[in-house]
Amino acid sequence: MSAETTITAEKARATSGKPRTTSWQRKEMLTAWTFLLPASLLLLIFLIIPFFMAIYFSFTNQTLIPGPIPTEFVGFRNFARLLQDDTFHRALLNNFLFGIIVVPVQTTFALSLAILANQKIRGIYVFRTIYFSPVVTTIAVISVVWSFLYNPDQGLINHFLKSISFGHIPNLQWLNDVHLALPAIIIMSIWQGVGFQMMIYLAGLQGIPDSLYEAARVDGAGRWKQFLNVTLPQLRNTTIFVVIATTILAFKLYTQVAIMTQGGPENATITSVYYLVQQGFSELHVGYASAIAVIFFLIVLVISILQRTIIKEEGQG
Amino acid sequence: MAVTVRQQISARKRSTPRKLAWLIGNYILLVILAIFFLFPIVFMVVSSLKSNEEQLLSDLSSLKAFIPYGTISLGNYSGVFARLPFGQYMFNSVFIVTMIVVFGLFVNSLIAYALARMNFPGRRLMLAVMIALIIVPFESIAVPLLLMVNNLPWFDGSTTWIDSYQVQIIPFIADAFSIFLFYQFFIGIPKELEEAALVDGASRFRMYWRLIVPLSRPVFATVAILQFLTHIGDFLWPLMVTTGDTFRPLMIGLQVFFGQQPRSWGEIMAFASMITIPILIVFLLFQRWFMQSVASTGIKG
Repeated sequence: MSAETTITAEKARATSGKPRTTSWQRKEMLTAWTFLLPASLLLLIFLIIPFFMAIYFSFTNQTLIPGPIPTEFVGFRNFARLLQDDTFHRALLNNFLFGIIVVPVQTTFALSLAILANQKIRGIYVFRTIYFSPVVTTIAVISVVWSFLYNPDQGLINHFLKSISFGHIPNLQWLNDVHLALPAIIIMSIWQGVGFQMMIYLAGLQGIPDSLYEAARVDGAGRWKQFLNVTLPQLRNTTIFVVIATTILAFKLYTQVAIMTQGGPENATITSVYYLVQQGFSELHVGYASAIAVIFFLIVLVISILQRTIIKEEGQG
Repeated sequence: MAVTVRQQISARKRSTPRKLAWLIGNYILLVILAIFFLFPIVFMVVSSLKSNEEQLLSDLSSLKAFIPYGTISLGNYSGVFARLPFGQYMFNSVFIVTMIVVFGLFVNSLIAYALARMNFPGRRLMLAVMIALIIVPFESIAVPLLLMVNNLPWFDGSTTWIDSYQVQIIPFIADAFSIFLFYQFFIGIPKELEEAALVDGASRFRMYWRLIVPLSRPVFATVAILQFLTHIGDFLWPLMVTTGDTFRPLMIGLQVFFGQQPRSWGEIMAFASMITIPILIVFLLFQRWFMQSVASTGIKG
């Protein structure tokens, strides 16, 4: 049926002659531009232009509200200042720490959950739904609820730790403690985000052909061997995606910090985006904030390019 | 093949008790994990029902924290309504997200259709730009965007977009990743269907509307859900562009309430529950779609 219609379509085009084709083409082009226009215009105004504004501002002393000092071109001064800004270094370090812990822990956890939830046993959909539910609970709500859980005197977590250790674990200060505030945010972020990646891994697992496992079983491979020789290699691209996406999320860390700790105590939880917002929005230093934005963008860009190169290599090999 | 099947069957028969133990162990693990993922949400809802703050706090030292007992009432809920324009926040959030999703579906699928199916000069370049735009994080353009919208005019004669609905909607309608998802789906639709329609003299828009849209329901659902999940939780941007309760969405309302002293944990948990429960209900109704949507972000990445 479809083959026949193709032939008729070809015929119709062939018999319609040249002049009609060009007018059709002109009309087609006009329609194409109408389809393209709304989204292109919106992306241009609200994404591309602000992006170039950020680059431009990063070389100026632009402020949010027009001040007594006129905006001037300052060259690389903002970037030079950033190099010596201890708060910015701390923010970057926190992003790295967050990423270095969250990426491996969350990826391993997500894969384990996906394998568990991929079993064909009764009620497995219920468990899948439960594991996924923190993902649909907004991060602002989660930050507020966990602030309560982490509360040193009233919080559930300290009470729990006290009862399982028979009172040996002292009252931890969690969000008020320089050493515990970032780990506290890390634990909560893993709890919230792992369901998302579990679903991505589940899709990956379901894409592995059964024949591969059968072949492995014929070769006498046990469960562990099958996991190492079939599952893991087949999930290579999924894992690359999960690792890269989590790394980028680590650099975007903001809402948890804004609600739970405001970057404190003593900058223990400050992040690049939090510092960027603080500089650009609260301190009105748009030029300086834009310099942070440019560096932040470059980091995300490098990570993304890394992902594409690794996946491309796989495609060629 | 037949041999392996027979071997498997005999193996299954032999190890029934072991298999049962394995199954039970499995369920125990699944339940422990379920508790791990559910406890904060259960805790939030249970606490919100305890209108006696002293009881709420003293229950925290034991499992009572998870049991709705004692003075159970909706007192905390009415407390939230008495102290804050919760209804206004709720309306704002629902309105903003609906607008983003509805206009976004239309605008993003149209451009993706043109990119996937139509011939025009610059098509390849445009596609490349679109894919590059996916990488640009909103956080890196937030401050210049703020500066820009601060000086944009609107139809009602105002000269700024600060504290408005449009400032929370219009910048997020077009979305490069949504366009990419649509594009990926559209190039997979057989061309023959459209050629037949072309012969019948259908216009491109008619073809898009009558043929492509009905065929592409799964990708429309995916994009709608992903955009919903992203924007219902938006925090940074509304924090920057809203100054009063009139246009504030739920998340900012929650943060403001959370920061007010003296803190009433019962009321805060009631506020949090009123945000979470509707979203969870929507999620439970469309859970298959939700989970498939999330899974598809990984496959297409």
